[in-house]
Amino acid sequence: MKNEGMETTYTIPVGPIHPALKEPIRLDLKVDGEEIVDVDIIVGQVHRGIEWLGMNRNNPIQNIYLAERVCGICSASHPFAYVMAVEQAAGITPPERAEYIRVIIAEIERIHSHLLWAGVAAHEVGFDSVFYLVWRVREKVMDLTEYLTGNRNSKAMYQIGGVRRDITEEQFPQIRKTLDYYQTIFNQLKTVFLDDRTIRMRTKNVGILKTEDALKLLVCGPTGRASGVTKDVRQDQAYGAYADMDIKAITPDVLTGTVVGDIYDRIVVRLLEVKQSIEIIERCLDEIPPGAILAEPKMAKVLNTLKKAEGEGVGRHEAPRGECIHYVRLESGRETLAIWRIRAPTYVNLMAVPTMLKGAQLADVPIVFASIDPCISCTNRAIVVDLKTKRKTLLIDEELHQLCVEKTRRLSNELAR
Amino acid sequence: MEILSPEEIVESFKAALGSSFIDSKIYQREVAVKKNLFQAIWIYVKREAFRQAVDLICKLQEYPHLSIISSSDLGDSVELIYHFTIYYGQHLKELSLGLCLNLPKNDLTIPTITDIIPGALFAERETQEMMGVEVVGIPDNRRLFLPEDFPEGVYPWRKDEKGPHDLLRVLPGREKK
Repeated sequence: MKNEGMETTYTIPVGPIHPALKEPIRLDLKVDGEEIVDVDIIVGQVHRGIEWLGMNRNNPIQNIYLAERVCGICSASHPFAYVMAVEQAAGITPPERAEYIRVIIAEIERIHSHLLWAGVAAHEVGFDSVFYLVWRVREKVMDLTEYLTGNRNSKAMYQIGGVRRDITEEQFPQIRKTLDYYQTIFNQLKTVFLDDRTIRMRTKNVGILKTEDALKLLVCGPTGRASGVTKDVRQDQAYGAYADMDIKAITPDVLTGTVVGDIYDRIVVRLLEVKQSIEIIERCLDEIPPGAILAEPKMAKVLNTLKKAEGEGVGRHEAPRGECIHYVRLESGRETLAIWRIRAPTYVNLMAVPTMLKGAQLADVPIVFASIDPCISCTNRAIVVDLKTKRKTLLIDEELHQLCVEKTRRLSNELAR
Repeated sequence: MEILSPEEIVESFKAALGSSFIDSKIYQREVAVKKNLFQAIWIYVKREAFRQAVDLICKLQEYPHLSIISSSDLGDSVELIYHFTIYYGQHLKELSLGLCLNLPKNDLTIPTITDIIPGALFAERETQEMMGVEVVGIPDNRRLFLPEDFPEGVYPWRKDEKGPHDLLRVLPGREKK
């Protein structure tokens, strides 16, 4: 029963800091009882001014390492897209062997990212034993990353004109061993995620995104493919070693026969993509051509070429969450980039969240939001950061530091008395 | 769906837009071992023909994917590039299409395209707050990334006097550049 003149909807803010969210973002939920009527998304809490640094402080080679730090998880995707954009702008062609190594690293990242997501999703629905299981399984691919690149996460493999480290024949058996491990465990993971009654109850027909909505809202990556949009940069456009392979975008109907566009479908797509990644890496190991790994090993020379170069380029890579695009412009005589524009996949996928949440229950918010695999730091990457506003509530580092020093002095003075 | 080559697409734009079509550029590069082609097109149009050009792109593909709007301060003018991709979903058929426009600094307005592509909203909101280009008819006029207490009339991507230079924090012991 509706009372005339009385408001029946309430607005519940979730975030910027909230246990259900892994990174800072605010969702303003308009609810009628338990049902969500409308959603507003407020972003911008983790701006770091990365593009500005790339255009004002760093040279193009230093930018590779900055691009790597746009996201803690896609630490291969951003440099991959970035080096492709710069190569295009400056007319540098990387050697064939480097293209294969780039793809091997990018696919290893996809396996680790999808497994990480699977764990988080299990945790969101309160299934922590699965969360522990998946993250234990994920350790194998982290070990492999460390074995190949020297780091668990920041891989530092990409370089303008190629890659920084080779993957040698002696390392192949270790890669194959890890891939075999995932082949054997794959069916177990599939049973856990796709046949479990609790998971099915929480994910089937929840957070639906229809194909047409996905197309209109420009949704990309596994979120889009789960809604039946057959868009995958690896399939669509020739770049890296992907151009030599017949990659097919995975939609959930391969396994289930239909496309619903719910959370369950997003799990299906991501699981199958883990298998696809294993196959891609195996093919790369079989077909990798011999030769150099860098077009120009002397970085000072590369920097000089880039300083003289004039042009623009756009690099696009299918990151684990969707299409990641970098646009770069070089101006002759300028040491930094003239323009650097980054778009991470969550930027567009966020826009689909209101559509997914409308009509859902309040308790579904964490899992629906997690189902797009949001990466907020990625999205909020680009603005000049300055906190010296007139508001007294904001403290900048130095002031905080000063307060801290003062307190130490005060305490030591008290002690001395 | 009929797939046109980059040259045919440029020709069709030239024919449809007439004098509003300024220039075009086709980029091609051979990739990896099999030497398949990576292709990108850049099309430069006058502002008056912007909506018409977006309609033309929608004729090439029913739902073109708008990746991002990039903008650069060129001194007297601001250049906007709408990075579209078309023909996705088919093996190696996709094209990157950059639609480039030049707006003079004394009239920084551009019509919205959210009625054609609803997902363009975030990119338009960001262009508006970061570059100071007014998007006419935008359904949601709020800021996207900038905090509410960020001063009005300062646009972080500008390189002129409206840029963020006064806001830069100078580290202790350093001179202001």
